[in-house]
Amino acid sequence: MSLSPEDVNKIAHLARLQIDDDQVEHYAENLSNILELVNQMNNIDTTDVTPMAHPQHAVARLRDDKVTESDQREHFQAHAPAVENGLYLVPKVVE
Amino acid sequence: MFEKTLADLSAALRKKEVSSLELTDMFLDRIDQNQNLNAFITVTAEQARAQAKNADAAIANGDAGPLTGIPIAHKDLFCTNGVRTSSGSRMLDKFISPYDATVVERLTASGCVMLGKTNMDEFAMGSSNETSWYGNVHNPWNKDCVPGGSSGGSAAAVAARLTPAATGTDTGGSIRQPASLTGITGFKPTYGRVSRYGMIAFASSLDQAGPMAKSAQDCAMLLQSMAGFDERDSTSIEHPVDDYCAGLSNNIKGKVIGIPKEYFGSELDSGVADCVHKAADVLKGLGCELREVSLPNQHLAVPVYYVVAPAECSSNLSRFDGVRFGHRCDDPADLEDLYKRSRAEGFGEEVKRRVMIGTYALSAGYYDAYYLKAQQIRHLISEDFNHAFESVDMILGPSSPSVAFTIGDKNDDPVAMYLNDLYTIAANLAGLPGISVPCGFVNGLPVGMQLLGKAFDESLLLNVAHHYQQNTDWHIQMPDGV
Repeated sequence: MSLSPEDVNKIAHLARLQIDDDQVEHYAENLSNILELVNQMNNIDTTDVTPMAHPQHAVARLRDDKVTESDQREHFQAHAPAVENGLYLVPKVVE
Repeated sequence: MFEKTLADLSAALRKKEVSSLELTDMFLDRIDQNQNLNAFITVTAEQARAQAKNADAAIANGDAGPLTGIPIAHKDLFCTNGVRTSSGSRMLDKFISPYDATVVERLTASGCVMLGKTNMDEFAMGSSNETSWYGNVHNPWNKDCVPGGSSGGSAAAVAARLTPAATGTDTGGSIRQPASLTGITGFKPTYGRVSRYGMIAFASSLDQAGPMAKSAQDCAMLLQSMAGFDERDSTSIEHPVDDYCAGLSNNIKGKVIGIPKEYFGSELDSGVADCVHKAADVLKGLGCELREVSLPNQHLAVPVYYVVAPAECSSNLSRFDGVRFGHRCDDPADLEDLYKRSRAEGFGEEVKRRVMIGTYALSAGYYDAYYLKAQQIRHLISEDFNHAFESVDMILGPSSPSVAFTIGDKNDDPVAMYLNDLYTIAANLAGLPGISVPCGFVNGLPVGMQLLGKAFDESLLLNVAHHYQQNTDWHIQMPDGV
């Protein structure tokens, strides 16, 4: 399984990563090598094997529907790159 | 004093032979004198001295536990309230955590003094500590060599005696492999044994925190404080915590140790193999029985891991969007540009590779072929262990296929780097506990053997490792020139 430069650009877009044009070939080679390693999995028949969901076969715990957290908005927003009036700022999305 | 075990330091503190403040200053001095190792990202000297003074007051009042006043260091992916928590990444270079991880909270409540935060591979993705934004860590045994990774800073700091102990995390070997390469003892508990709350997530079904120290006894003391149910971690398991320290002296005669033939193939350095076989013979001499076992799907552990771990990492790292915390690019043209450039500038190359592999494996049309297939084989790997544990109490093998390699040697070849974790990854996939214990030297560099146990059988692994260390002196060897 070998990835083309177009594949890398598509994956990078899905992952929201900016990849410079002169790096695409490099990533295509690296990622293809990793997929070659991964494809050793194809040598084994897994028909009827249940996929493993949790090492200890634990199920998700439920808790009472009660408020346990206090309001720490200012504390948590203190390290955001851009905040105004308690809101996170991003570039304009809607014209 | 800096060579003493935690038990000895604890006794010295209670007998007032030394104060916690004196110990803290001594280790801060050693950290300062060994900055060339690059083992620490942040040193918290003022905070450490304040904590040490509190510990000394508690000791004076007769209000001290076994860890009161003991200096330790935390891997820089444990959130520490008010202190930078970088995870080795430019993305979080300016991130001051607003809360403590449960592991930090518990060790602090036990009276430990935090010396600082240790260097690591970026977001714990690496086996050499070379992917850190803060530069590589040097192995104290040979400064041209890597200390292993991803908990390489913690390993180097303990090996060089810059701290008596440190915390680490292990997703595919990140405690055991660096412990092996630096000649210290590193313990990865059962998945769900130690809370992951406040650990910056890499692969949530594999990540587990554990202690790194000079001996199994020291690891037992730390694990006693770290282990236990935490409702803030949805994968934490309600299972009673054994008395690990009391279990150390249990008789190990008659314990059956499985030796998987798959762990001694052509990938293994022959010098390392000799050391591990000799270690097995020592345990045999102490009354354990050795028995060959087979883990037939062992060779698939690395391929499976490089689907499961990147898939989970691509999901976990999607939170780094340049909006709520972490690095943000300058002058974004629009929201997509903000995401793409913030992430491209904030993440290093290895992290980008893994995010992309994971994104690909989870993308439409590929999920069944990669993620589902990997989780199926993961089940088979886990069944191999279950089958082996029907006839043996634990499994013994090498921690790493070779001793520490030269810095830069495997940088250009991600797949060659991944194969360093050949023997450690399967325990993460199966969620089992494992310990790396020093068992010799090859070319002046330490060798580690690994013991793997049944789920929640931490106590037995520590017990057997402790008996081994009572009868050998590999773990008390110390590098020159630090």
